[in-house]
This record gives sequence, structure tokens and C-alpha cells, in this order.
Amino acid sequence: MRALAQLAARLYGERLFHLIVVLAALALGAYTISVLGVRNLFNPNVWWQSIAVWFAVAVIGHDLVLFPIYALADRLLPKTRSIPKDPDQRPSGRIPLTNYLRMPTLAAGLLLVMFLPGIIEQGAPTYQAATGLTQAPYLSRWLLLTAIFYLASALCYAVRTLLRQHDSTKTAQTSTPAQPSDDSQPRLP
Amino acid sequence: MTPSSGGQGAAPRGQPTPSTAATTDRACEADPATAAPVGRYGFPAVLWRALDNHPPPGLSRIRWRSPLRGPWLTSVLGATLLVVLPIVVMTGLLSYIAYGPRFGQAIPFDVGRLKLPTFDWPTRPSWLYRLNQGVHVGLGLVVIPVVLAKLWSVIPRLFAWPPARSVAQVLERVTLLMLVGGILFEIVTGVLNIQYDYVFGFSFYTAHYFGAWVFIAGFVCHICLKLPKMVRSLRSRSMRSVLHTSLADTVPEPPDADGLVAPNADAPTLSRRGALAVVGGGALLVAVLTAGQTLGGFTRGAALLLPRGRSYGKAPNDFQINRTAIAAGIDPAVTGTGWRLRLLGGSNAVMLDRAALQALPRHTVELPIACVEGWSTTQTWTGVRLADLAAAAGRPNPGSAIVSSLERFGAFNHAILQNNQILNPDSLLALQVNGADLSLDHGYPARLIVPALPGVHNTKWVSSIEFRET
Repeated sequence: MRALAQLAARLYGERLFHLIVVLAALALGAYTISVLGVRNLFNPNVWWQSIAVWFAVAVIGHDLVLFPIYALADRLLPKTRSIPKDPDQRPSGRIPLTNYLRMPTLAAGLLLVMFLPGIIEQGAPTYQAATGLTQAPYLSRWLLLTAIFYLASALCYAVRTLLRQHDSTKTAQTSTPAQPSDDSQPRLP
Repeated sequence: MTPSSGGQGAAPRGQPTPSTAATTDRACEADPATAAPVGRYGFPAVLWRALDNHPPPGLSRIRWRSPLRGPWLTSVLGATLLVVLPIVVMTGLLSYIAYGPRFGQAIPFDVGRLKLPTFDWPTRPSWLYRLNQGVHVGLGLVVIPVVLAKLWSVIPRLFAWPPARSVAQVLERVTLLMLVGGILFEIVTGVLNIQYDYVFGFSFYTAHYFGAWVFIAGFVCHICLKLPKMVRSLRSRSMRSVLHTSLADTVPEPPDADGLVAPNADAPTLSRRGALAVVGGGALLVAVLTAGQTLGGFTRGAALLLPRGRSYGKAPNDFQINRTAIAAGIDPAVTGTGWRLRLLGGSNAVMLDRAALQALPRHTVELPIACVEGWSTTQTWTGVRLADLAAAAGRPNPGSAIVSSLERFGAFNHAILQNNQILNPDSLLALQVNGADLSLDHGYPARLIVPALPGVHNTKWVSSIEFRET
């Protein structure tokens, strides 16, 4: 009996528990669609306004649409070579720009994707019917936030660069061996 | 550009990563538990082997560059979602109950067994629905950066070859489609709905509700199958050590059986703690831009990009409008002196004009009105108790009541109230708000305000109330 169960598991590829869980999930999914009605998954008049189509796009929405876009954008960022562990070998004073471009872009991009309808004034009639207002302010608000993100990032970059320069001149003045930066201190596990 | 890149995928595999020499990241030592054997085929082995031997051209050229991907990072994000998403799911399902499926006014109408056990939605505390929807929509938005990070962290799995080595893996992949499609479908429809963008064309309620159940199926399955691996991966290094590891000391996690860890990653440009800070920062940013729509007061203005972060002014009626009188097709003429409130349910219909209503005992209460879309606003309402109107109609202890609006079309031109919602002493047919007569957009000549009732059921422009036995 035990041998039989083991054989079955080998043929299936996983334990029996796996099969039960997966079948239960598929059954619940199938039941959900049956209650909704397969007919209601599709819109016979406007094909792309179908639940099935939107669900299918949701499946690939991140992996095959959003990811290639932001991965490509990230490839375009200027990147420094790997940072040597030894502070003596580090290019003096220069702080990599990468993250100071990456962070504000991420923040602005996140808000753009999440609040796109307001920003591009999509759905204006329903918006006005619901609220009595227009979507006019959102584009400028988003642009303002974006400007603030980049400005704050530039400010942080400037401050860090100044601090780094200050540190290196002090090191040069005392003419002691290069001070260990915080990165090279022993770490707790 | 990074030293090892040399064009898309051209770098030889197995080349040591630039920073493997750094070993201060002690928790990185290989965990035997995660190094499970790969390569066993299920039945029929011939098929799976053939699939394995025929990868699509170009697939092997993909090189995953991030040195941060790995089971630990994925598990931290997964653990976060494991805590947050059940709350979002439960509040969503509770909202369905709050709409009153017993009276057929929860949408979608027919959900088979796909709902929580039905119960009478309470009226206390009065902020119950406000909390429920504030949490549902607020957390649902805040979790978006975490969901995106989680999807980013596991993307190599999508391109792994073979995609399956057994029937088990095929079935599991199907449940993953339910999981990933489900969560993004819910996010997209929800995010569009709260911004009144109905570009998708289908019924939001129907799609969001059934989509949720597809997601739930995939989610529960994923938890059952991955929980042990998540716990194991979380134990592979301590959060403390990660928080103490700088960029210079950041090295990839040890190779894992799932192929999340890139064998030939670029040098890190961000520490692991930095990556967590980015995700957390994204969530915090969304939280700051969202909370105001629920909390109201001085925080409302911080919801800069949401419809309900706007100010209408400082007058008594200057608060959030849901569906204007024009949109509802309310003719101002029928709200004038000719307007009568019809009370049904007793032996004879009772007709009251606004002066007669004003003459009844009036009460003033401060109550929030909270929308399914997650926003709310608290105002001071003055009007006649529904319980007094029930008594005036000749049915002092009704089982339910149908409140109808002058609005002729629209799904919410009437609402059915439960016994507790009628008899709560704070349940009013409001005539004034903040000391002034209701404006037409807020439901003049009279509107409903009931504690903890979904906002849209607080019917505006009330024309009649029928108190029913059951």
C-alpha cells in the first residue's frame, strides 16, 4: 500500500497533499467561473471590455509588460563599476548617481501608474457625475510631486557629495592612513 | 555600465560574481535544506525530458542581473503579503455582507456559496463601515509596491526551463495564473473604480467580487504549498544581519533550487536593506497619499491624487458629494413646496410635507458617511429619527424598511434597511447638515443617515419609506 502511494507520488511528481491542495484551488476557481457564468466572461460587443480579457492581461501585466519597461529603464541608468571593498581603492569623493536617479523615478512612476486616470483625465464624465468636480488639478499635482522627488534626491546627492569631500580633505590634512569608512567596520552577523 | 554585462546575455555563465570574495555577510552560507535536488521527471518522463531538451531559442540568452533576488528576499515580501492580503480579502467580503445580501441588494446578486455567512450588519460602532472600507481600500493601495516587488523577485521562475517536470508542476502553474492574475485584476479594477474610470466596461462589483474568489483560490493554494519554504528561507538569515549589511558587503544569496538567485549577477547597486527600504518607502508614500481620504480633517488635502482629497469649501454643505443632483436627474421643481414624504406600512399612507417633518422631534448627531470606495467624511446631521417615523406610519417595530428616492433610475435609488438600522436612535431622516438645510447635491429635501451603513445606501432625495413587517 505504501509502495503504491510512493509510486503514485512519483508519477504525479509531488506528494498527495500537493494534489489535494491544487485540485481544491482549481475546483474553487472553476466553481467561481460557473457561478459567474462563462457567458459573462465575454462581452460580445466590445471584445476588449471582457472580464476574461482583462484577467488574461492581468496575468501578464507585470511580467511581460511592466517588467520589460522598468528593467529597460533601469539598464539606461548610469552605473558605476563594482565598489571595491577597500576604501583606499575607491574613486575618491564620487558617489554613484544611480540610486539618486532611480528613487525619484520609481516614486514618480509608481504614482503615474496608480493614478493615471486622474492625471490623463480619463473617465471625466463619470468623475464629474460622482463628485461634481473635474480632474483638472491632477496632472499638475503629479508633475509637482515628481519635481519634488527629483529635487529632494538632488539635494541628498549634493549633501552627501559635500560630506564626502569634507571627509577626504580632513583625512588628507591629518595625513593619517585613510580613515575606515563605516562600510568596512566589522558587522554583527 | 557593469563590468560583467558585455551585451544582453553574452556573458559566460558560471563566471564568479564580482563580489563573492566578500564574506562578512555570514548568513550567506549555503542552506542544505534549500538545495533540493532538481531534474526528476514525473510521468510520462519521455514527455518532460523532451520538453526539457527543447527550450525555445533565445531563452538561455536571458541573464538575470540583480544580485538581490533570492529565496530570503522573496520570503520577506511573501510574509508581508501573507499578513496584509488576508485583511484586504476579509474586509472586502465583509463589505458584501454590509450591503445586505439578505435583501438582494448586495452586488453581484447571485454568488452561490461564495460569501461569508450572512448576518445583520451592526450599527455600532458608527465608524464600523468607515474602518472596514478605509482598511480595505487603504491597505489595498499601500500593498501595491509590495505586490510589484514580489512579482519582480520571482520573475526568473516565469522563464525557467522546463516550465514543468511533472503533472504536479503543470497544475501548480495554473494555480499561479489564478494567483498572479487574480491579485493584479483586483488591484487594477479597484484602482480604476475609486477614480471613477470605467474604461473596462464590465460591472465593477461583479468583476471585483468574482475576481477575488479566483485570487483566494490561488492564494490559499500558494500558502499551503510554499509556507514551509518561506519559513525555511526566512530562517536562512536574520533580518538584523540584513539591516546591518551595507552595499559594499552585499552578496547574492547562495544558489537555490528554484533559480531565483542569479548565477551570474551584476555587482549590487543597492544593499538588501536598501531594497527593503525602497519597497517600504513606496508603501509609505502611497499611505501618505491615501490616508487623508478616510481620516478627513486636515489630512484630507494630503490625498493629492485621489478624488476624495479635494476640498469643496467651508460652508455647511461643502463636503464630499457622491453623485450630483444633475447626474441623478433630480428636477429641483419636485423638491420644492410640492414635495411630500410618504410613509407606508400602517393601515393608511401618511403624507408629510417638509414643515410637518420639521415640527416632529428633531435630533442632532455626528456621524460618518463612508463609501465602498474607501473615503469617508464625518458631519453633524439634524433630522427626525427613523424610529419616530415608523411609529408615525403605524408600524413601530418594523422588520425592514424600503427607502425610495426621487431619483428615477440608477441602482441606488432605493435601499432596504434592517430592523437594527431603523431603530438605532442615531438613524435619521436628515433635513439639515452642520446647521444648514441640506443642499440639493446632498439630498434636499431629506436624506437618510444611518450609522455604519454603506454610504450609497444613505438614500438622498427621499420620497417614501415603507416600513415592513419582516
